[in-house]
Amino acid sequence: MEASMSSAPKVEVIKQDQDREHALFLLREMLRIRRFEEKAAEVYTLGKIRGFLHLYIGEEAVAVGAIKALTADDRIVATYREHGQALARGISANSLMAEMYGKVTGCSHGHGGSMHFFDISRRFYGGYAIVGGGLPVAVGLALADKLQHNEKTITACFFGDGAAAEGEFYESLNLAALWKLPALFLCENNLYAMGTALDRTFAQTNICLKAQAQGIESESVDGMSVLAVEAATHRAAEAVRSTGRPFLLELHTYRFRAHSMADPDLYRTKKEIAEWQIRDPIKVFEQHLRERGLLTDADLASLESSIAHELDEAVQFADSSPWEPVEDLTKDVCTPEAGKL
Amino acid sequence: MKKVTYREAIRAALRQAMRDDSRVFLMGEDVGRYGGAFAVSLGLLQELGPERIRDAPLSESTFLGAGIGAALGGMRPIVEIMTINFSLLALDQIVNNAATLRHMSGGQLSVPLVVRMASGGGRQMAAQHSHSLEGWYAHIPGIKVLTPASVADAAGMLIAALREPDPVFIFEHATLYPLEGEIEEKIAPADISKAAVCRAGKDITLISYSASLLKAHQAADQLAKDGIEAEVIDLRTLRPLDTATIVTSVAKTHRAVIVDEAWRTGSFAAEISAQIMEHAFDELDAPVSRVCSAEVPMPYAIHLETAALPQADTIVTAVRNLM
Repeated sequence: MEASMSSAPKVEVIKQDQDREHALFLLREMLRIRRFEEKAAEVYTLGKIRGFLHLYIGEEAVAVGAIKALTADDRIVATYREHGQALARGISANSLMAEMYGKVTGCSHGHGGSMHFFDISRRFYGGYAIVGGGLPVAVGLALADKLQHNEKTITACFFGDGAAAEGEFYESLNLAALWKLPALFLCENNLYAMGTALDRTFAQTNICLKAQAQGIESESVDGMSVLAVEAATHRAAEAVRSTGRPFLLELHTYRFRAHSMADPDLYRTKKEIAEWQIRDPIKVFEQHLRERGLLTDADLASLESSIAHELDEAVQFADSSPWEPVEDLTKDVCTPEAGKL
Repeated sequence: MKKVTYREAIRAALRQAMRDDSRVFLMGEDVGRYGGAFAVSLGLLQELGPERIRDAPLSESTFLGAGIGAALGGMRPIVEIMTINFSLLALDQIVNNAATLRHMSGGQLSVPLVVRMASGGGRQMAAQHSHSLEGWYAHIPGIKVLTPASVADAAGMLIAALREPDPVFIFEHATLYPLEGEIEEKIAPADISKAAVCRAGKDITLISYSASLLKAHQAADQLAKDGIEAEVIDLRTLRPLDTATIVTSVAKTHRAVIVDEAWRTGSFAAEISAQIMEHAFDELDAPVSRVCSAEVPMPYAIHLETAALPQADTIVTAVRNLM
């Protein structure tokens, strides 16, 4: 993995006491995502969540760091592994849990489930479950902003390393570069396209080089460091805003859990997983803060307690929420006010 | 009223739409400097500029997906796919995104996207440039499917499509571009909710759409000489389908032949036939019949292509077999 980094990882540290609030926010958001995912796995085993469930555990620094560096006006397009992005964007745990239960109180009214979270009020344009399929949509959102002279708005598109094998990846990067569109491509490189390691499907495993070939500036980032991700995303987003041109970040990360709940995880070694767990983005960041006297056991206990409370409430909310009436089955297929736009 | 060709009618509608609404723009392969593969957008780049008339790379999936995104972002994009054959490269965006986003988001999103493409055979373009796959698209909930067969519809349907909040696919049969007809100076939106009875008759109903409609009319002319009065229906919109107009006609004539340029197996003609069985079975005095293309990749040689496609003669034969 290191060999594919095109530049040395930048070391980001929390230096001053006034950063404590910010640091605790980042820690809290990563912990929320991890505990949310653990809770989701738990209720999945109870049969309350069905279908596919792709957990984000291990990759929390990417969503939290990147989304912290975006503005509320920026648009977000994500993948089927988007629980982390949705939580970091401020979509409530209640509505996400209810969505996975298939309840009408879910963020997509129970129509989407785990893979298709949408919340337009937060400019969260969805989880796309065809690998690479969100990229052209993100390019189009960026085109809309360019054509409407929304000069401060950018579109951030998350996708995995597997998507870089799709034609839509190259097409989308080319179109964004050709038309000078304000798109920020965030490649979460967790080294596996489902169960197939990157180097078993790519002759060239360096995603930044692929971006370069399409005429797009890029940066390789330590995706296990929330501070590195936040700083790099901030730089990249500002570059997109100031130049109006796209940028790509390759965020090197790792998922600690299997691809989905259905995956027996036979294609990688326990040793490899254990080595990456040493770099656990939450544990490393906790340690970083403790060493600087910015985090105590009491702080952590308080964070854990409030998160546990939030998630218990989310499960209760999902459990007690109503189902959409079956009579409404086809209500959202077409827009009711047809012919009036 | 002014006399124009089918292609000029679409161009006039494009021009009017872009002048009336700053959110409307056109993107696709060779739509700008080349003027469109079928010369539909000829001259529009010079009139409207490169921001509104956007030449796209040969990336059908991505410029169609970008149309979806631009629609979500507040624009009213018109995506031109050069031919229906190339639209197969964009099926992921069409089926998985354009058609699903509204429902999958719990009604939060609408995708006001218009997609135009040339379709059909009859020009010796062989097996990769002659498809009639309108029926495939009509299979998909969440999109509308329009098949203008007249100059007036070519213009009016585009204006109507731009008023729709959901994705609309317009299939322009490539043999129709030189067709002549009339449009108003100010093009009004066509009613896309109704099929049209374009020739009244009492003995049999010929149901068709797109360029096959012209062959149905030729067949009706031939049949009239023998005293058989055929009613001709132009479906116009395949999804949502106006079943009522079909049923009303069949209730009058008690016989129906469906003319569809697609392959017979799994064709849209099969859907129409099923609709007649479901809604007008007791009205029928004869089995519903279909005239479709032969089950063969479109041949290049003229005599073979002619034999593969529905023709007036084959329609006449199908009608006689039912009388």
